[in-house]
Amino acid sequence: MYQINRRRLLGSSAIALLLNSGTTRAAMVKGGLPWKPGSADPPAAVTPDGWRCFTPQEGRTVEAFVDRLIPPDPETPGGKEAGCAIYIDRQLAGPHGRFEGHYMSGPFQKGTKEQGPQSPVTPAEHYRTALTALDKVCRGKFGKAFAELSDEQKDETIKGLEDGSLKLEGTDGKEFFELIVKDTQKGFLADPVYGGNKDMAGWKMIGFPGTHYDYRDWIDRHNQRVTLPTVSIGMHPNWSQSR
Amino acid sequence: MARKLARKDAVVIGLGWTGSILSHQLCEAGLDLVAIERGPWCDTATDFPISYAQDELRFRLQHELFLRPAQISVTFRNNAGQQALPVRTWGAFMLGNGAGGAGIHWNGETWRFLPTDFILRTHLTQRYGTSFLPEGMTIQDWGVTYDELEPCYDQFEYLCGTSGQAGNLKGKIQEGGNPFEGPRSRPYPTPPLKQGYGHTLWAEAARQLGYKPFPQPAGNMSQPYTNPLGVTLGPCTYCGFCEWFGCANYSKSSPQTTILPVLTRMGNFEARTECEVTRINLDRSGKWATGVTYVDSSGNEFEQPADLVILCGFQLFNVQLLLLSGIGKPYDPSTGEGQIGRNFTHQTISTALGFFDKDKFNFNPFVAAGAIGMCIDEFNGDNFDHGPLGFVGGGYLGQVQTNGRPLESMKLPPGTPAWGLKWKQALRDNYLSTLNAGAAVHASFYSYRDNYMDLDPTYKDRFGRPLVRLTIDFHENELKMSAWLTDKFAEIVQHMGAREVVKHPRKAPYSITEYQTSHLNGGAIMGENPGNSALNKYLQSWDVPNLFVQGATAFPQNAGYNPTGTVGALAYWSAAAIRSQYLKNPGPLVHA
Repeated sequence: MYQINRRRLLGSSAIALLLNSGTTRAAMVKGGLPWKPGSADPPAAVTPDGWRCFTPQEGRTVEAFVDRLIPPDPETPGGKEAGCAIYIDRQLAGPHGRFEGHYMSGPFQKGTKEQGPQSPVTPAEHYRTALTALDKVCRGKFGKAFAELSDEQKDETIKGLEDGSLKLEGTDGKEFFELIVKDTQKGFLADPVYGGNKDMAGWKMIGFPGTHYDYRDWIDRHNQRVTLPTVSIGMHPNWSQSR
Repeated sequence: MARKLARKDAVVIGLGWTGSILSHQLCEAGLDLVAIERGPWCDTATDFPISYAQDELRFRLQHELFLRPAQISVTFRNNAGQQALPVRTWGAFMLGNGAGGAGIHWNGETWRFLPTDFILRTHLTQRYGTSFLPEGMTIQDWGVTYDELEPCYDQFEYLCGTSGQAGNLKGKIQEGGNPFEGPRSRPYPTPPLKQGYGHTLWAEAARQLGYKPFPQPAGNMSQPYTNPLGVTLGPCTYCGFCEWFGCANYSKSSPQTTILPVLTRMGNFEARTECEVTRINLDRSGKWATGVTYVDSSGNEFEQPADLVILCGFQLFNVQLLLLSGIGKPYDPSTGEGQIGRNFTHQTISTALGFFDKDKFNFNPFVAAGAIGMCIDEFNGDNFDHGPLGFVGGGYLGQVQTNGRPLESMKLPPGTPAWGLKWKQALRDNYLSTLNAGAAVHASFYSYRDNYMDLDPTYKDRFGRPLVRLTIDFHENELKMSAWLTDKFAEIVQHMGAREVVKHPRKAPYSITEYQTSHLNGGAIMGENPGNSALNKYLQSWDVPNLFVQGATAFPQNAGYNPTGTVGALAYWSAAAIRSQYLKNPGPLVHA
């Protein structure tokens, strides 16, 4: 994962020189464009080795969930094989799982729909609460955890969350459904460097050629399929860093 | 206790578009100048290089190039009957961060306002009568005319290398351009961009319906360009990662690609980044600025004395700083008194989606640029007779689809389930053949008595200063206009041969969660006298003559166009007045 604040640290590539002590300490730019080699910040490639946020049970549940949201078909993998659960896990383990960058000062009050999200519950906390509650409600209804249900039972459960008829203890089932659907889609279609969209399966399915950056040969070729090979940041070892 | 620094001739607050233009103009005039920028230094090779700029998750969805609400935010409510709550994550607008400001991530859509936009109240009341304007609408004339600004529009366009097709050269209408535009003195600096299949087909349909489509004026270069400062931009490659992203090709007009390489080499220029100005300081009379106070990234406070203060922050924060510094009188909607915070406006955006037969239409949506598109201007401003329609205002309509980024552009036919095999199938079947222009109808947002800004009573920024509070909602006029314009756009899409057209006119209430452009305006508007404005025609504060306030803060209302062209023109206009008049004789430039 890249670190959000890295480029904002004092001492980064931006500084041309610092003024003498006794005056202001700032990233000062004077006398030319600042430049320091090696200061770019490519994304770190996710490696699919275990969970960083989920417990093994939570991981199993999320894998089962994403595979129903995006089921496999003869042409394209489903959410599980595409790595959607790994994507979600790595995101929740990082800054986005903790709402880093959000305005998190109180008082927290629920407002109108137009005023946007106001909850202090972070995505990581939300998943934790929802996945526990989901297994509990499935055990109560079917005698098994979500991951052990049949496909029909899983779909029935998901539909219940979607229409609000199935309640989850400690959280809003419908809100959780909307969150996991969005996250699963991101896992399916974001750059593979983030752990999902394995082998660019999502991009190949829709016909998006990926991270090409020069379509000057194609802008005039109207109504023609672009025949370039699909590429991503994640596929080229020089374009990302492993951590 | 703030440590006092050595005096500068001028301090510029913010190093975005206007901060860069004003800094360059004033340094050229010989001033010893410092620009203080809240965010970090930012540049192409270090922040958006070609190896990883094309990352939808990081830059479009996780907003890496943007200001973080954790650093500073705003609060919002629809009306005074509600309590305003903080914007905890951005939605309705996105705010730039660091050197270059919004100039890094913008689309590049570079329009001029119409001549009538600058004399809006006079024009509309003359044509339709005063009672035609709705109750509570507070539109005004600007105090400056299109003719006065024309050379400055030209100057900004030639700085940027704007790619376009002139529609009106010195009064002569030109084929292929916008026949409604105000007269321009010379053609655009570079030819218009090429257009994709969807854009071209839409223009053909528009032509068949009797309209005069033209290519959108673009800050994405149709060819390499060297500007009058000697800075060179590269050709746009239609990469489809334009707006929300930095350009790795040096082919999008930005302070980085047009001014900063020259500005930073000027010996009398200095920028201090990661420093936040917390107050504009005034002398005992309260009528003269003595400089600014700012906080660096270690939390140390400094006072920077200066003879001249140029406020070049984003609109929201310009207004916040004026209020926190006690400059001008805060607006009170119940009495109508006070200029600071009033006439706050946004943009009225809507669209209609077109779903086409995938076996006949392949739009390659990912082959695009930020300001690509074909537009018509028949329904902008007062270009058409509003008499029978019962609303005022208008906007351009355009097939301005800028990308095929898979997550952002996902629009599926009505009735498609949100998940499962049918969702997957619909995505597969519609990705290449959907017409999806997010801001296809880009219309005006006029000003009202009850849409305004002030300081929030509850929520604070990281320094403990009150956040600025936005009170804003749509009025009947804009909703009526939006429905009517959206219908017109939808007609053209239908005429292209769409299988299904789905209209999305703008609806009330105004939501802070749905992106509607970042074109926020007003709060310290320009005008003809201090009784109805905060700034004079040169963007000079009526209250504090050695303070000039740049940006869309000055707009008395918003027109049906993207604002950056006009923001750039006003910056050059203001800079020229400072250089030719103010510096020779510091004091009020207008005596009203």
